[in-house]
Amino acid sequence: MSPSVPMPASPDDVAETLRRVGYLPDAGLSTVAYLALALQRPLLVEGEPGTGKTALAEALADAMGMPLIRLQCYEGIDATQALYDWDFTRQILHLRAAEAAGAGAATDELERSLFDERFLLARPILRALRESPVVLLVDEIDRADDEFEAFLLEVLSTNQVTIPELGTVTASVPPVVILTSNRTRELHDALKRRCLYHWIDHPGLARELQILRIRLPEVDEALARQVAAVVAELRLRGEMQKPPGVAETLDWARALHQLGAHTLDVETAAATIGAVCKYREDIERVRASLDVLLTA
Amino acid sequence: METGERDADGAAPISPAAALVGFTHALRAAGLAQSPDRAQLFAAATARLGAARRAHVYWAGRATLCAAPDDIVAYDKAFAHWFGALPVRSGSPRAAPKTVVQAGLDRPAGEVGTGDARLVPVLASDQEALGHRDIASLSAQERRRLAGMFGGLTVRLPQRRGMRRRAAHRGEIDAAATVRSLLRHAGEPVRLRHRRRSPRPRRIVLLVDVSGSMAPYADSLLRLAHRIVAAAPQTTEVFTMGTRLTRVTAALRARDPDTALRLVGAAVPDWSGGTRLGEQIRAFLDRWGQRGLARSAVIVVFSDGWEVGEAALLGRQMARLRLLAHAVLWSNPHRGKPGYAPVQAGMAASLPWLDDLVAGHSLAAFDELLEAIGSA
Repeated sequence: MSPSVPMPASPDDVAETLRRVGYLPDAGLSTVAYLALALQRPLLVEGEPGTGKTALAEALADAMGMPLIRLQCYEGIDATQALYDWDFTRQILHLRAAEAAGAGAATDELERSLFDERFLLARPILRALRESPVVLLVDEIDRADDEFEAFLLEVLSTNQVTIPELGTVTASVPPVVILTSNRTRELHDALKRRCLYHWIDHPGLARELQILRIRLPEVDEALARQVAAVVAELRLRGEMQKPPGVAETLDWARALHQLGAHTLDVETAAATIGAVCKYREDIERVRASLDVLLTA
Repeated sequence: METGERDADGAAPISPAAALVGFTHALRAAGLAQSPDRAQLFAAATARLGAARRAHVYWAGRATLCAAPDDIVAYDKAFAHWFGALPVRSGSPRAAPKTVVQAGLDRPAGEVGTGDARLVPVLASDQEALGHRDIASLSAQERRRLAGMFGGLTVRLPQRRGMRRRAAHRGEIDAAATVRSLLRHAGEPVRLRHRRRSPRPRRIVLLVDVSGSMAPYADSLLRLAHRIVAAAPQTTEVFTMGTRLTRVTAALRARDPDTALRLVGAAVPDWSGGTRLGEQIRAFLDRWGQRGLARSAVIVVFSDGWEVGEAALLGRQMARLRLLAHAVLWSNPHRGKPGYAPVQAGMAASLPWLDDLVAGHSLAAFDELLEAIGSA
């Protein structure tokens, strides 16, 4: 199997393919994404929540015509959830069935049949190595424990895993690996050293408007313009507990469109503010200053 | 996109490879840890993109030589200096605190005690007395002696219930392990295996006020912070608060306390200024705390509560902190003095949100504080 889209030849090429699937990268992001593809290095993406870190992996998979395999990290995740596991219940059933059939003597044979492909539960990383070329998204790696990072590092640097009972699985083509982190803790230098690094910031007003137009073409342009302007102003003020990300901007525009709004006025804005602000204090503050925000 | 390539400003031409390698050296001097393989990766990335365009070199370097948002600020500066013009516009994080560690060549040499060896033979009772005295009242020599005593403090780490389960003799039944041992015995029932959630160290966040009014205590507080970081390097974070918030965790990870303090000294731009505690705590919450650093952590604020800014803002931020954290402790050096009442505006506004207000004026008080942290 080979990717249905040829490997991009330049950063502009990457920008173009991403744009085609509705993701608008800036010059830095497309350059870094190109480098990750060309040098076959994992890409570590950090940034405020809602700036499109996960969306980047989705768009890249979509644009390159590769399947996306996602590994969501959480505290306590270990190899059996990330790599592979044996289906114990079915193994027991198999054993009992063999016993009932009276296949007593050939224990070696029985054992081999127990650790067979069909009892293997392939988890995201093993799947990615087997099915590559794919995009492997390791989401919120900062939530996993340190030990898991070390384990991940080993897989990422060799692109292979060994299953004692079955043998070694090596990726024919290294998967495109995107790691995201919310920086709730510092990652180990060893892992960072393997990766290319990129920090995604909130987009500027012009680019956010473009994103709105591309992702939600059904929303009125005037409305989109107002929404983008208000959100940009909210971020600029810097007094919100959780400044809205692009995801919130899109939600808000969608909500307003759903209510049949063509322009943003104080009343509809106040009714839908929950799409942008996720804290009571933020909602109160924004509600109180909606007049100023909308006339600005 | 500008393509402002200027070839060596008319001076003797340098080969591109030498310029790139030189740049990685400049970055190292600017405090960005660089290893040879990173430099190689940088060279490979530049080769891929072509070194003719400034923006290409910039992004190739930023992707390969940076590893944290704080690095980007230092990187931009070094790039501007090395390649002789302002960097291309980038989405670097706004107002990232500069925790760049500069090589401390021009530090005053006074702090680096050379005569420590002569001061060792001290009576134990004398040490004991020193440990109980208010640090602000100590002479320079006594302070130096006290600095050597921080090693004797025992750090007790608070714990939380972990998500991960480990094999244990009691606890819930571990189905997978039981079945595995069953398999090993060819399906014969064997004894049940158990597992249990194992405790993990809880995160500790120290917010140290380094404003003018706290100046006599700053050195000792950072030594205390160094002890705690040494005991739990992965789960402790330290910030200094003055006119701005600075993350000093990395500097405090240096093994030797004096080296660590020197690194902190170079990193913190605002010793002995005023404090706007409310604003600093808000900056901490916005940039780090809410995202996860403060969540279910033990937070210790070291301050005397003299708030230059608005006390109501401080109160609101303390409330936010309390909602995120597992426990919020406040260590105030004046707390241990007779006749103290928490009536300063900042202290009074914070009081309702504290789990405990403890003393913090002597080594003995620090020991009690460590006890409080450990049992939080």
